[in-house]
Amino acid sequence: MKKLAILASVAVSAVSLAFAWNTINFDPTGYQVGDTATDFSLKNVDGNLVALSDYSNSKGFIIAFTCNTCPFSRANENRLIALDQKYKKLAYPVIAINPNDPNEKDGESYAAMQKRAREKNFTFPYLYEGDQKIHAVYGALKTPHVYLLNKENGELIVKYIGAIDDSSRDENRVDQKFLENAVDDLLAGDPIKITSTKSIGCSIKS
Amino acid sequence: MLLFFSFKEKQQKMAKNNPSAVVNGQKVEILSYDFNDFEPLLHKKDDTLRIINFWATWCKPCVKELPAFTRVAREFNGKKVKVIFVSLDFPGQMEQKLIPFVAERKLENVILLDDSKSNTWIPKVDEAWSGAIPATLIYKKGQRDFYESGFNYSSLKEAISDYDF
Repeated sequence: MKKLAILASVAVSAVSLAFAWNTINFDPTGYQVGDTATDFSLKNVDGNLVALSDYSNSKGFIIAFTCNTCPFSRANENRLIALDQKYKKLAYPVIAINPNDPNEKDGESYAAMQKRAREKNFTFPYLYEGDQKIHAVYGALKTPHVYLLNKENGELIVKYIGAIDDSSRDENRVDQKFLENAVDDLLAGDPIKITSTKSIGCSIKS
Repeated sequence: MLLFFSFKEKQQKMAKNNPSAVVNGQKVEILSYDFNDFEPLLHKKDDTLRIINFWATWCKPCVKELPAFTRVAREFNGKKVKVIFVSLDFPGQMEQKLIPFVAERKLENVILLDDSKSNTWIPKVDEAWSGAIPATLIYKKGQRDFYESGFNYSSLKEAISDYDF
């Protein structure tokens, strides 16, 4: 019986791997600016599945890989809420994804995500990645790590990758709002001046 | 003598922003640098092999690998090998978190890199670094390797085996 279970799980893995290779432009190093990003269907903290295709009226998305426990993620939570409040009405909502495997890292369970979302009154979906490894397809290596996507001819094009601003650790010392500038440029139809940035973060445990 | 004085003066000047605390009857002081002051440590021209580990007390995989680094530091004590622990802890948590941790573990050569503008300085450590920690730079003179990954004792030994020291 045990053998059968293992065989079954190997078969499932093979199928999901084949699925990933066939349907997703999979690059082990992840997306670069200009690449087409994949949609996904992940469970939100309210129990519902969320897919980017659900948002037919949006012009794009601010995808934020974040988590419950990383101090840098926590330091950016209020900024994510402010971004969502500012840009949801301009058709660029925030979608947050927790990429950590809760078996590998304490405090990252689905229940802990629900608790954190309640405590902070997240205005945006906070999605549990589970074993779907969307972060690996995107190429996110740490939390927080954001991707700005723009809908162009029915595809989701990556326009910006990196940090929300130039002072991830301390919101009182921000001089340059990289992500906001990028969204504002998109909204104005201007080329984005800074398309990728770096910041310290917690490596993703998966 | 002159050198000694200027060093001392510099220490006193810097000490203003360098938190210290007495933990278990032991006074621990950690020097704090912004990236400009820290950067020369990444480009020393002497014949010491430097292992520079970027970590933080809140980073579990970082804490997990610390013993590998302290073991290598002990093993090559007396040789021209220096292990430096560069903490990225938040400056506001020095007294509560970093200093007690350093005192309890008796960690040596710990400094704080206090510079919030990480997009500017991460590529100056290594172009390939995403900013995830743990990360480690190993170098001697012109020879250098950067690792955005964890180490254990044997992989760390392996990583320095290419270097003469």
